[in-house]
Amino acid sequence: MTGMLSFAALSTAEGGHAAAAADPSGFLGLLAQGAWLIPVVPLLAVGLIVLFGKRLPFKGWELAEGALAFVALYSIALLIGNWVEPMAFERHVEIARVGLLPGGGSLVLEWGWVVDGLSIMMYFVVGVVGFFVFTYSKGYMKGDVRFTWFFAAFSIFAGGMLVLVSSPNTIQLIVGWELVGLASYLLIGHWWEDHANNAAATKAFIVNKVADLGLFLGVIIAALAVGSFRFTDLLDAVEAGDSALADVGVWVGLALFIGAMGKSAQWPFHVWLPDAMAGPTPVSSLMHAATMVTAGVYLLGRMFPFYQAEGFGAGLKPLILVIGALTLFLGGLVALVQDDIKKVLAYSTVSQLGYMTAAMGAGAYTAGLFHLFTHAFFKGLLFLAAGSVIHAVHSNNMSDMGGLRRFMPKTFWTFVIGSLALAGIVPLSGFWSKDEILASLYYDSQHGGGGLATFVLVLAVAGAFVTAFYMARAVNLTFFGKYQGAGHPHESPRVMTYPLIGLAALAAVGGLVNIPGAFPAFTDWLAARVHLPGDHHAAALNLGLAAIGTLAALAGIAIGTAIFGRQRATQRERDRFRIPLLYPLLEHKYYMDDLYDYALVRPIRGPLARATNWSNNVILDGVVNACGAAARRLSALVYGGLDQRGIDLGINAAAAAAGEAGGALRRVQTGKVQQYAAALFLGAVLLVVGFLIFG
Amino acid sequence: MGWFENGWGLSLIVFLPLVGAAVVLAVPRARETAIKAIALGFAAASFVVSVIATVAFDFGSAGYQFGADTSWIPAIDSRFHIGVDGISLPLVVLSTFITLLCVIYSWNHWPEPHNPKAFLVLMLVLATGMAGTFVALDLVLFFIFFELVLLPMYFMIGIWGDRNPMRLPGFKRPVETRLYAAIKFFLFTLFGSAFMLLGFLALYFRSGNGGLPRTFDIEALSARGAEGQLFTGTFAFWVFFALFLGFAVKVPMWPLHTWLPDAHTAAPTVGSVLLAAILLKLGSYGFIRIALPILPEEAKAWAPVIAILAVIAIIYGSLACLAQTDMKRLIAFSSVGHMGFVMLGISTLTEVGINAAIVGMVAHGIITGLLFFLAGSIQHRYHTREMARLGGNQKILPRLGGILGFAAMASLGLPGLAGFWGEFMALLASYNPFAGANLALFRSAMVIGAIGTVLTAGYLLWMLQRVNLGEIPEEWREKSFRDADGYELGAWVPLVLATLAVGVYPAIVFGTTNDSVQRLVARAFGG
Repeated sequence: MTGMLSFAALSTAEGGHAAAAADPSGFLGLLAQGAWLIPVVPLLAVGLIVLFGKRLPFKGWELAEGALAFVALYSIALLIGNWVEPMAFERHVEIARVGLLPGGGSLVLEWGWVVDGLSIMMYFVVGVVGFFVFTYSKGYMKGDVRFTWFFAAFSIFAGGMLVLVSSPNTIQLIVGWELVGLASYLLIGHWWEDHANNAAATKAFIVNKVADLGLFLGVIIAALAVGSFRFTDLLDAVEAGDSALADVGVWVGLALFIGAMGKSAQWPFHVWLPDAMAGPTPVSSLMHAATMVTAGVYLLGRMFPFYQAEGFGAGLKPLILVIGALTLFLGGLVALVQDDIKKVLAYSTVSQLGYMTAAMGAGAYTAGLFHLFTHAFFKGLLFLAAGSVIHAVHSNNMSDMGGLRRFMPKTFWTFVIGSLALAGIVPLSGFWSKDEILASLYYDSQHGGGGLATFVLVLAVAGAFVTAFYMARAVNLTFFGKYQGAGHPHESPRVMTYPLIGLAALAAVGGLVNIPGAFPAFTDWLAARVHLPGDHHAAALNLGLAAIGTLAALAGIAIGTAIFGRQRATQRERDRFRIPLLYPLLEHKYYMDDLYDYALVRPIRGPLARATNWSNNVILDGVVNACGAAARRLSALVYGGLDQRGIDLGINAAAAAAGEAGGALRRVQTGKVQQYAAALFLGAVLLVVGFLIFG
Repeated sequence: MGWFENGWGLSLIVFLPLVGAAVVLAVPRARETAIKAIALGFAAASFVVSVIATVAFDFGSAGYQFGADTSWIPAIDSRFHIGVDGISLPLVVLSTFITLLCVIYSWNHWPEPHNPKAFLVLMLVLATGMAGTFVALDLVLFFIFFELVLLPMYFMIGIWGDRNPMRLPGFKRPVETRLYAAIKFFLFTLFGSAFMLLGFLALYFRSGNGGLPRTFDIEALSARGAEGQLFTGTFAFWVFFALFLGFAVKVPMWPLHTWLPDAHTAAPTVGSVLLAAILLKLGSYGFIRIALPILPEEAKAWAPVIAILAVIAIIYGSLACLAQTDMKRLIAFSSVGHMGFVMLGISTLTEVGINAAIVGMVAHGIITGLLFFLAGSIQHRYHTREMARLGGNQKILPRLGGILGFAAMASLGLPGLAGFWGEFMALLASYNPFAGANLALFRSAMVIGAIGTVLTAGYLLWMLQRVNLGEIPEEWREKSFRDADGYELGAWVPLVLATLAVGVYPAIVFGTTNDSVQRLVARAFGG
């Protein structure tokens, strides 16, 4: 492992700016100039679908699909352009300017767009995976009650994610971040007739909102330290060793990481993600592959130089590493006991996101984002294939499946390719990215990461075994053995199988764009940005680690197949038998949901909210009403029978005023005046008091 | 356009509705269409003039524009001094805008006991009071407009309000909710105003010390206040307290807020909209325009108190919302929380914070106004506000439900919509409050306020779930409902568009306010 860069050297000697990446010129310049269309076109499509969608021949689908096709093509053009000439381009449009900062100068709010290696990679993932998922959804959602609306919300999803990844500043990042959250809420609760779906949607939104507190506060603290919301200014300050930012560096780093943990479903914020399966399957596919869950890892990637710099975010690397490791291992284990095929995949996503986060914690920018890239293809594929199965058997449960290999060959083969890619079998895409993460963890354990990194490396290898095991289980239970469900399942229509094939192709070969030592194209793409990430990546394949990883995966597949390969008792009993001690813990997802529910949600919604309302209606209003009652008593006492109506200016007068409709206004002009006169009298009394005191 | 800029433009904005009220009074009650047309005409005219004023406004200048300053009541040195700057302009436009939309909405929505003539007269008088408060630069004038708002709203609630009986301690027979709410609103505000008036008088008398002529002029008082010679010590403390009471009741700040849930819930739809959208802003505007610049040292001393009360309001209001069963009361309580963010911004005494407060006021006016419209239309159709009985509204009334979903998202501060900027910038401001502030206190306020945004999301999503989503309850399945009609959409769509516009391009508000806020802060707190 030679030839890798260490950030310390970068920040001192070389200054840190990538010499190669710059504002592109000529045609590429025009391409970059026009890249603002990437987030805007899908969002425009949202408006058009809502307004006109129902009148179109394909009920609005064509607008959503067209927008995504545009994004996909544009991103491919940019990808090629970035290969020809590394780009680091950004533009800003001021939308407001507020106040003076302590050091002088205004705080500027801006929209803008970035065209650099990192954002182009994300455009590509969102555009291409999104295009396939949108195509597939036309078949999957056929006949849905809200077909048109589905594609509007889907376009918000893609558009929001593109707003997020195109952002040159933290404010726009927040906007995209929350747009994605909004879309997830709308889509998880797409079938809102059932309150279970609404509860899942609300849960996803609220859990993310809690984590967003971190994002908000991190953005605020960083912006006030630097005086700007721009990422470039922020990272410039890191390079310059800005002391104002360094003073709050740990807080900024921690807060932003908490935000990232929410969206990227890191332990203990992961609880929303499995519930999010309540939405239509294409939603899960997009959410787990291209949008939403990748946002947190993307943020860590965008802020990578910050997290690498000593005195800024570097102190948090062990935390990030540990959270990632916990997530990858504990998430993977839960996937072992799920009967719902989508939940297997959901916990698998939690686990894989743990890998990405751990890589970021180990200082491996390329490895983490490379896994994001390959994962988008194979996980998008697996969800779509699972959807195809669900479409055929009308159940999510693997106990209702089995033997589907014969009925749905295309779905079967694509699912197997996705599973092998996820398990990390050479030469499919997951192999390359997972290997790179293992290599990075190893590197970190040799360079300052110490025993912690070694421990995480062991967990990661064990995780590779677990991954292969649960995927072998899923493939066996779904496609092998005897069919357990009702009816006659059949292969899905072409509008659904073609996207499967397309994604399967990418899942198979997508990893070949980054072969250490031989073809590191992906590494170079990602390196094109203003602030060189300065991560370490292997110059050549570490054959020893690759062999260990592959062996772990093969063992997982072998054992999984041995156990689940033949149909015997029901699967739940087998699970309980095979995993005797862990099973109750896993089945209840480590009781995390119960903990949140009983410790937070219920007390707040129940006793705390009721007590607040009670204090308002009984205590505060009690004081008010008691004052009123006391005043009435006093007036009765003092004025007795003299003129109770005059003093009791409240109740009687207004009761008369509101008595009947017709005469109301007339009475305003006559009788009711006495009441205002009383008020004026009170004012006059106070006036006199005022004269006495201040005159 | 010399005449326009010499006070006539503003006078038109303020007094056109009053003239309209007089004209309406002259029309026989039976001719409802004519009455409505006249009211619409005058409300629209006032709005159009305010738009012209915006177009003619010099955004490069931080001072007052379109002003007039003529002798009025020489005996007490009170002058007819009006003008707008970047702080008041958005609020003037907001008030004429909302008034116009209320007239449009009212076209075919009349609460019992009907009588459009009386209702519209009150509404137009109210419009004059609201716009007048925002342009007045003389304390007596300010006080008169401030109080002018009180009576029409009192009658709106008391006559057209909720007739359900309620039990009240000390009364043998049940009292109608509208009466209780109207009187509570009236007395609460009067209580505050009395102290406010005392404060104004105290300032007037003290302003003459040191050889200068006594004055009620806000500009002159602000200049003298900034010098820090006249208004000092115990005097300043008590005067600020008096002003605080007057404005805090109106905002309302915890624990003086208890009139609000009752008044908003009992008021007729348009009354709730005007209350939430404009009337609450009179209080926070008073802080910014009067209390802060005239008594800057006291403002600094009181700032921690205001910040603490603001944060309590945010959390308290949100928690109370979670316990509501009545949709309208939930929206009413949400105002307590949202105005908490506005007051948190003000309490920082910084440019960012006060800008945030104004954008928060505008956003709250647009969004909560829209929510009250929607709640009113839901009640109009289902004849109930109990969320337990509602459900599946999105299916029954797709258009209304869709706009309700949008408004709820805007209200929870979704970035990209108007509500976000006020909340976010207020939190940002409280990280770096004015020089010499207790940093630990304000930063704790920031964190707790941020937690409030989670609770806000919680109760709004919960409301959406219970009202809009789920299956249609048995009770409504056989009934036929009409979705939003042209008048309703005519009132709502402009609010939706305004929410989007301010959200995407916040300079619409910030660009107007920033220079004037800078001037205010620089003079009062040495910026």
